[in-house]
Amino acid sequence: MNETAIELIGINKRFGLVHANKDISLKVRKGTIHGIIGENGAGKSTLMSILYGFYEADSGEILVDGTKRKITNPNEAIAAGIGMVHQHFMLVDNFTVLENIMLGAEDSAILNKGIARARAELKRLERDYALEVDPDAVIEELPVGLQQRVEILKALYRGAEILILDEPTGVLTPPEADHLFRILGQLKDQGKTIIFITHKLREIMAITDEVSVMRQGELVGTRQTADTSVEELASLMVGRRVLLRVEKGPANPGDVKLSVRNLTVKDSRGVTVVDNVSLDVRAGEIVGIAGVAGNGQSQLLETIAGIRTASGGEVYLNGKPVDISGKADPAELRRRGLAHVPEDRHHMGLILEFEEAESAILGYHDQPDYLNGVFLNVDAIRKDAEAKIKAYDIRPANARLKTANFSGGNQQKVVLAREIEQDPDVLIIGQPTRGVDVGAIEFIHKRIIEMRDAGKAVLLVSVELDEIRALSDRILVMFAGRVVGERDGEAGEDDLGLLMAGIEEDREAAE
Amino acid sequence: MATPYAKLPGWVEYVLIPLINLIVAFAVAGLVVLLVGQSPIRAATLLVDGAFGYGEGIGYTLYYATTFIFTGLAVAVAFHCKLFNIGGEGQAYIGGIGVALACLTFDTILPWYLTFIVATIGAALFGAAWAFIPAYLRAKRGSHIVITTIMFNFIASSVMIYLLVEVMKPAGTMSPQTRTFGEGGQLPQLDWLMAIFGLDIGGAPFNVSFLLALAAAVFVWVLIWRTKLGYEIRTMGFSEKAARYAGIKDSRIIIIAMLISGALAGMMALNPIMGEQGRMQLDFVAGAGFVGIAVALMGRSHPAGIIPAAILFGMLYQGGAEISFEMPEISRDMIVIIQGLVILFAGALENTFRPAISRFFGARAAKTPPVSVGSAG
Repeated sequence: MNETAIELIGINKRFGLVHANKDISLKVRKGTIHGIIGENGAGKSTLMSILYGFYEADSGEILVDGTKRKITNPNEAIAAGIGMVHQHFMLVDNFTVLENIMLGAEDSAILNKGIARARAELKRLERDYALEVDPDAVIEELPVGLQQRVEILKALYRGAEILILDEPTGVLTPPEADHLFRILGQLKDQGKTIIFITHKLREIMAITDEVSVMRQGELVGTRQTADTSVEELASLMVGRRVLLRVEKGPANPGDVKLSVRNLTVKDSRGVTVVDNVSLDVRAGEIVGIAGVAGNGQSQLLETIAGIRTASGGEVYLNGKPVDISGKADPAELRRRGLAHVPEDRHHMGLILEFEEAESAILGYHDQPDYLNGVFLNVDAIRKDAEAKIKAYDIRPANARLKTANFSGGNQQKVVLAREIEQDPDVLIIGQPTRGVDVGAIEFIHKRIIEMRDAGKAVLLVSVELDEIRALSDRILVMFAGRVVGERDGEAGEDDLGLLMAGIEEDREAAE
Repeated sequence: MATPYAKLPGWVEYVLIPLINLIVAFAVAGLVVLLVGQSPIRAATLLVDGAFGYGEGIGYTLYYATTFIFTGLAVAVAFHCKLFNIGGEGQAYIGGIGVALACLTFDTILPWYLTFIVATIGAALFGAAWAFIPAYLRAKRGSHIVITTIMFNFIASSVMIYLLVEVMKPAGTMSPQTRTFGEGGQLPQLDWLMAIFGLDIGGAPFNVSFLLALAAAVFVWVLIWRTKLGYEIRTMGFSEKAARYAGIKDSRIIIIAMLISGALAGMMALNPIMGEQGRMQLDFVAGAGFVGIAVALMGRSHPAGIIPAAILFGMLYQGGAEISFEMPEISRDMIVIIQGLVILFAGALENTFRPAISRFFGARAAKTPPVSVGSAG
């Protein structure tokens, strides 16, 4: 079992000025699950893209089963027995499972024979690895957990001996993730080698045999999972010890600041995405909305913020009704004391092409402080931005730099500084730490709790259950557009996990 | 993943890359000249000499440049709002009505500088009005601005033929044009300006609308980068979602941006009508609206880039005329091919050489420690 499946020697990769992979050497033993952990932007995905042939390394060697291989495109990776399960599935939504699995491996222009062969092969794979899935089901009708299984089957069908999984649990419910881990265990028992990329420490501890930690493009250490601890890995990841759970005192809820009654929202196709949701957020409390991505949380948040129109229900801000028929524009809601940190930082919360100082007034650009009549008061805008850069330790400390040149965590701080410093009554936040490095997570969590302690009402949406549990005083769980349960801030993970998966029967079906 | 292209030093971004694109365009154009059996060197010499070699040539180059500054700015303003206004041609054409009406009414009553003010307002109003309909359809009905503005170019053309033949043509004349304006309807040459540099522009129609074009360039810069409206236009241009989030009324901004764009395009009409011909003729725009697209692309939608790009195209027009005069084998259409190549390399293939250049500068910069590290991974 000590044979080496993959060996990387001195891999270097640059993107312009960014040194994404610095002299990385790594051995992955055959028949093991090898975790690669690191913050966003640490270079994990780049390294795997090199291994899978999406990028070519500037220098360095790749050895597969002890032989040197040149991998310049995914086809060569597949030929070398390397398969990849992408974070965002590479499946054709309106094809069947079988068609997707054959795609790119059709054998000939006439499909008959290929289909028969693929069907037989798929049967065998399902039997060998207990990966049941209906070959004639259309992809878009399958739950994400099954779609991921199709991705895995696709790699196995192409003869992969080494499987790379890039952040595979991001889209899964906890029960689905557990099921995936069982599958990976079976694959390992059959002698496959698995490289598992994640930024979640818990998953590393749960399933890997060995773990390599990346930080800022460098490989900072490899450990036997059994010999390490969450604390050690976390400090390797950030380079210092971090507080994984922020301290917070008990909440002192006051008056209801934000009230939602029977809110129903339909998307552009007329499908109900938010279904009769009611909730209250009081001053001085954080209400967290848990749920797997795509269960209506985003639409709920955007409707409250005035970005989407509702088809029914009422919203009250500070006791006064909000016109949810599309007339309440976000600017008006801002003036009434609602601040919104949107989920989609890149396309909504910031303008990446703007200077930082310009992004830092988005939505507040019509405030007299920032204007001289119809002209922008550029001096005041930059001074204000510089003050916030200082207060929030935003780096690099340059208000004139393009927003795109800041890292995810620093971009999020720009948005938070902008929204928090307006001293709103109600703060609604979507995915506060998505794509944010561990160091900044701690800072952001502290700020959110400070807002609560200052008597603000905070509504929080996150797909990170840990985050919801760390911050919330009350937790609502959304599934299929409805609030399916309410728990206090101390609710257990299993309990919430079941709610997130909908009802019991659904969970069975998924497994 | 990392951004597709690394950030380059300013002079590389704004000087070196456009220059390389231009050189390649001229090299390919040279091959075309070679193909028809002519000497590219001679053509190049004629081009540069004809455009910059003597006072009158320079006068013509700047006369054409004036036109292109207006249409280039027009395209740029719309482009900042992510609206591809292909309708500069029609907007300029209709803008001519405003100029003609002002001149026909006041040319014998007012001095030129007062008529010029009225004509400028008229040109802007008519140009903006022509842009308003596609803008309204885009803002309220979601019609594609490229399609509608193209169609409006054709409509403008037909409307102008009708007006010039049936309405504005003086009785008893044969050609479809207005009467020639009196002194109050003609702009003075800028010969005094060129005389400062010791140049005699001769009969070149280089006139005061050039100064208006420069003022318009300053106006556009202030508008886009220093006003609240400009901030909203740019926000819309970069991300409609962000604009919605910021509470910016999208339909209002779309319409305003198109009105400003149309007004700038319309003001182009001042140059040929009041500055050169002293009357409004059929087809006086002569493709300047389309050249404006290339000028805006090449000038990166920034006034500081649009002015030199407009002068470059002024040079191609003037120098090109010179080539076809001196080298009859190179027809007027060949000149259009050369202009097309410049547009192709400077506009459409703008990023062709960028990866190689950023690799070169990336490798160089890597030897010195980077100032800031963006996100990668």
